[in-house]
Amino acid sequence: MPQFVDTQTVRLFDAEHPLRMAIGADLAPVDVAYETYGELNAAKSNAVFICHALTGDAHAAGLHAGETRPGWWDNMIGPGKPVDTDRLFVISANLLGGCQGTTGPASPAGGVGAPYGLNFPIVMMSDLVAVHRALMAKLGVERLLAAIGGSLGGMQVLQWALTYPREVANAIVIAASSRLTAQNIAFSAVARRAIMGDPGFRDGDYGPQGDNPDTGLAIARMLAHITYLSEDALAEKFGREPQADENHPGFGVDFAVESYLNHQGEVFLERFDALSYLYLTRVMDYFDPFADPHATKAILNNPVNWLLVSFDTDWRFGASHSRRILRHLEDARQPVTYRNIPSTWGHDSFLLEVPRYHDTIRAFLRRASEVAK
Amino acid sequence: MRKDLALVSSLIPEGSRVLDLGCGDGQLLAHLMKAKGCQGSGVEIDPAAVLGAIRNGVPVVELDIDDDLPAFADHSYDVVVLSRTIQTLRGPEAVLRQMARIGGQLVVSVPNFGWWGNRLRLLRGRMPVSKDLPYEWYNSPNVRFTTLTDLQLLFDAVGLRIARRVTLTPHGNPLKLLDARANLFAGAAVYVLEAA
Repeated sequence: MPQFVDTQTVRLFDAEHPLRMAIGADLAPVDVAYETYGELNAAKSNAVFICHALTGDAHAAGLHAGETRPGWWDNMIGPGKPVDTDRLFVISANLLGGCQGTTGPASPAGGVGAPYGLNFPIVMMSDLVAVHRALMAKLGVERLLAAIGGSLGGMQVLQWALTYPREVANAIVIAASSRLTAQNIAFSAVARRAIMGDPGFRDGDYGPQGDNPDTGLAIARMLAHITYLSEDALAEKFGREPQADENHPGFGVDFAVESYLNHQGEVFLERFDALSYLYLTRVMDYFDPFADPHATKAILNNPVNWLLVSFDTDWRFGASHSRRILRHLEDARQPVTYRNIPSTWGHDSFLLEVPRYHDTIRAFLRRASEVAK
Repeated sequence: MRKDLALVSSLIPEGSRVLDLGCGDGQLLAHLMKAKGCQGSGVEIDPAAVLGAIRNGVPVVELDIDDDLPAFADHSYDVVVLSRTIQTLRGPEAVLRQMARIGGQLVVSVPNFGWWGNRLRLLRGRMPVSKDLPYEWYNSPNVRFTTLTDLQLLFDAVGLRIARRVTLTPHGNPLKLLDARANLFAGAAVYVLEAA
């Protein structure tokens, strides 16, 4: 009989103790949606924090009662899986600025009334980490055995371990970046333009006005999805496979790949908020921790055990991004393990069951547990 | 531990920061970290060996020694080890220069192509196959063959001084011989090098 998991919500900051954000604004209340899997041991030494990517949520693993689709990283997290919940206590939380239960731009401003909309403060990577840390403290954990995340998730892990190395014994940074390239930012700019240029966006006030920038948000998702897959992956999945369309030939959905992207755009509308998309893509654009000349000061005296992973066909945050992180961590005399994993699937590989990748995470975490004992 | 690794280990000062190029499953580094208080990192290109190193708790980067050493900062390690790997490199000269840039001391171990058994086999018209070089010419991972004399000329050329040399019999036992005879009788050698 399967054990079900459920998402809980906790208030971590309130009017009396607001979240002081990186840009200086105070935010309250801040509620966080999270899930946990496995048991925290008596020594509290087996906690692993999952940081999710742009469009993830707290539901990383297991099944919610009455549902058939497991969490987004269920192939990675669970009993006997690389993040082994038979041995580890796993915490997974929805990001600040998100739209899956944690406070974000669609939440009522100050906890009451109309949504923040574009009045929500600009969010930085350190704000995401500040909220994770508050949750960790709330759950009675002082030091993580590991923090792990892919893409935007990996960037949170990087930020966390660089600033609070005593709290993160092992940092697993997958398919991430320490500084977006102009091309990366360009893709996000087009996505944001699609959303903000949609008449349904209504200057961010679409919620109260009963509208939604459906077209813009769907285009943003379609565009992003292309960058998540390699050219080979698209070719292998779809090739030039035709799609039956009554308008053929014409400007309908003539190819399978078009149908796939349309579908991705449509289902995204049901689960994601346009304002969250704007805020969270901006978090990535601004992230540049090594621009600070003191970025590695904290880890110099408190080394973190790092695992960096990239995928050879990832053209969003490929090997060059991970190697930039490697170079900075090597300069700071850190113990770093780095692998560039062969995989057909591009950036999306970090969510997939690529054997060499999963073996690596499994071996690294198993070793981390042994050392912690 | 493999005999040659035990010898390399004995040449590395306690508490050093060690970079092991071609570290395999991290045997040498795991030993140095445990027994000699060293900090270590390895570079390895074979996927199974990389996984082995991770299991052994050795930080390892899966990179190509020939191409990727610029990932390491100047003078960021006390000792850089190249153990029985130089013969597999496309560009041994460039790698030696990179090692000198990254580390203070270099420890380099090599099989000796000039060993008399190899010379004899070549005289008979066959490519050498021995305990130290156990491959046929067409399936060998070794693409650069050097005698100790030739190797020492290269050390000179890249500005490396030999601080210490240990020559070994084909069975891996120490062999005390002067230069010309060593080139004939040593199956392998381990060098400790410093910038001249």
